[in-house]
Amino acid sequence: MKFAKYGSITLITFVLVAGIAIPLSPSPQNWLQFPVIPGLEEKARNILYHVPVAWTTVVAFLVSTYYGFRYLKTRDIDYDIKSVSAAGLGFLFCFLATVTGALWAKFNWGSFWNWDPRETSIFVLLLIYGAYFALRSALETEEKRATLSAVYSMIAGITVPFFIFVMPRIMTGLHPGAKEVADPAAISKAQAIADSAIAVGSKTFADSALATVAQMNVGSAVPVVQLKMSPNMLVIFLLGLLGFTLLFIWLLNVRVRLARMEYERSTHHE
Amino acid sequence: MTATGVTKEFNRRTIFRDVSISLSQGESLAITGRNGSGKSTLVKVVAGLLSATRGKVEYAVDGKPLEIENLRYHIGLVSPYLQLYDEFSGSENLELLSKIRSDVGIDSGRIQQVLETVGLWERRSDYVRTYSSGMKQRLKYAFAVLHRPSLLILDEPTSNLDHDGIAMVKKVVDEQKKQGVLIVATNDADEAGWCSANIELGKH
Amino acid sequence: MSQFSGTYALIRKDIHSELRTRYALNALLMFVVTAVATILFALRSDQPTSSVLSGLYWVVVFFTAMSGLSRTFVSEEERGTTMTLQLVASPSTVYFAKLLFNTVLTFSMTIAVTILYMTVFSNAFVIKTFSIFAGTVVLGSLGFASASTIIAAIVAKANTRGTLYPVLSFPILIVLLMTVMNATTKALDGEEFTSALPDFQILVGYFLAMTGGSYLLFEYVWKD
Repeated sequence: MKFAKYGSITLITFVLVAGIAIPLSPSPQNWLQFPVIPGLEEKARNILYHVPVAWTTVVAFLVSTYYGFRYLKTRDIDYDIKSVSAAGLGFLFCFLATVTGALWAKFNWGSFWNWDPRETSIFVLLLIYGAYFALRSALETEEKRATLSAVYSMIAGITVPFFIFVMPRIMTGLHPGAKEVADPAAISKAQAIADSAIAVGSKTFADSALATVAQMNVGSAVPVVQLKMSPNMLVIFLLGLLGFTLLFIWLLNVRVRLARMEYERSTHHE
Repeated sequence: MTATGVTKEFNRRTIFRDVSISLSQGESLAITGRNGSGKSTLVKVVAGLLSATRGKVEYAVDGKPLEIENLRYHIGLVSPYLQLYDEFSGSENLELLSKIRSDVGIDSGRIQQVLETVGLWERRSDYVRTYSSGMKQRLKYAFAVLHRPSLLILDEPTSNLDHDGIAMVKKVVDEQKKQGVLIVATNDADEAGWCSANIELGKH
Repeated sequence: MSQFSGTYALIRKDIHSELRTRYALNALLMFVVTAVATILFALRSDQPTSSVLSGLYWVVVFFTAMSGLSRTFVSEEERGTTMTLQLVASPSTVYFAKLLFNTVLTFSMTIAVTILYMTVFSNAFVIKTFSIFAGTVVLGSLGFASASTIIAAIVAKANTRGTLYPVLSFPILIVLLMTVMNATTKALDGEEFTSALPDFQILVGYFLAMTGGSYLLFEYVWKD
């Protein structure tokens, strides 16, 4: 665990310093310059912190569910201790991902919350963690608490793949990788229809066509930034992912040891 | 039926430890012990309703090992924890529970027979809601012996029963000792005396 | 063989018992009426759009389900008949019987809500593509019942059942709710049947995954 501890401290410190200190340049000449991404500019730096935190949330959920599964198979309470420790950390990281995401959204898309697919997914994950802990506190005996919360996290896990397929289909996306809301060709076509209607003199039709144009423009007022990282950014980003994963491993280890000690102590008290 | 080294822990408390039982056709066993010594818990483990923390319980019928999935056809249980459906009548309860279990060869004749044994035939079409606690206890006997189980387990066998009821229980007990295995969990010395062997829990 | 006859007998028992006691049925029906009335008061004379209406439709179904579907397991637990059932039936028999019973309840609920909606929103709630609507209601009821059955089994073992049930169910049902709302809007807008096929694929996948997972996990919830 020494490795995870010092590894995560070193990596996260490096990513923090490098991510903030490296200057932007319109045409990067060397490894000590980041490219300017139109629409993001200086705000692009957040990707080095926000994404690794969100990534760790998902890792924590998977780890917690895996230990829950192991508990069901072995009935060894130590797996429940690991499962709930991972879930607690997942909840923390989930909260941090939501906050860093909301702040970034405020400065980039204009409001803290936009119900884009990924924002909705992280919101659901928060709800799942909340429900998981609500369930645990409503169960009295240890065995039942361990069994039922493990079952619940696995049932919740079943729905996760659906988010990946369902959300982008139903909601418009803002995160990189989402489809554009309205393509410029459609807008200019609608504009052309409106213009011709005005020329012909049909007022009501022109109004409705203009309304369509306005609607389309509102829809595309927040363009989807297609983020492509330069090699040096990518390296720092990957180091960030590794650093936060190691941080999770280290914190999980600390929490599990603490929970085991508490467990031992309460057993001796009885 | 054999149980080897059965231990049950619950919320970090050991209810009982290393209980071993072996019973075969015609044998009977009384489980005694103070309140809270784990009699009912042991009964549930033996009946397959709870899993043991350590150790295992195995069953065999006619020398062939019995899968836990088929245990329900061979086990009958009377217990204060076990309730029947209030909104159905006595005979409806027996009929529907037998159907849910998918018993073979239980007809209305058999239902009449067991209801007569426990003295509820006259009240068969009244809702269980209207039964007294003693009548409910009798109906539990009817439910427990309906499918002629090879293993009959009685937890607090005579609670709420009157003189006639206790006589009825004795009849059921004698019958069971002839054709199968009987386990009685009780605090009463008389009831424990029905059985050929005895284990006492909670002496560690 | 015994699996099917046992399941069938258990459903019959549940339906009989429900008809005699009206544990869930009356409450569900009153809940539907109350919820729709509240929506009517809120909307007054406004003409809601099809997406608002289909959203409100499933909101009513969701909260009605949350008020009634947990009864299948909670009533057994409260009356102390859980052990009786454990004694006579295998976990899978119990699971499938309860699942089918909940499906029947959910489906009748959606029919009740549909009839009410068609009467009170006679102008706005017009089902233009019936095939989409029918498919959504049937597949949606299946998915709804599947998720709420396993959660009901979990909640029955806890001590704050009433409040816990929607809390645990909502995160699981969000995907389903979004999909059925989306498909219902299409039915109200009169879109082609083929436009809803992706939604149906999701609904079928959700039902199969949820039922399969519940079937494998049910024993852990039901025993002990």
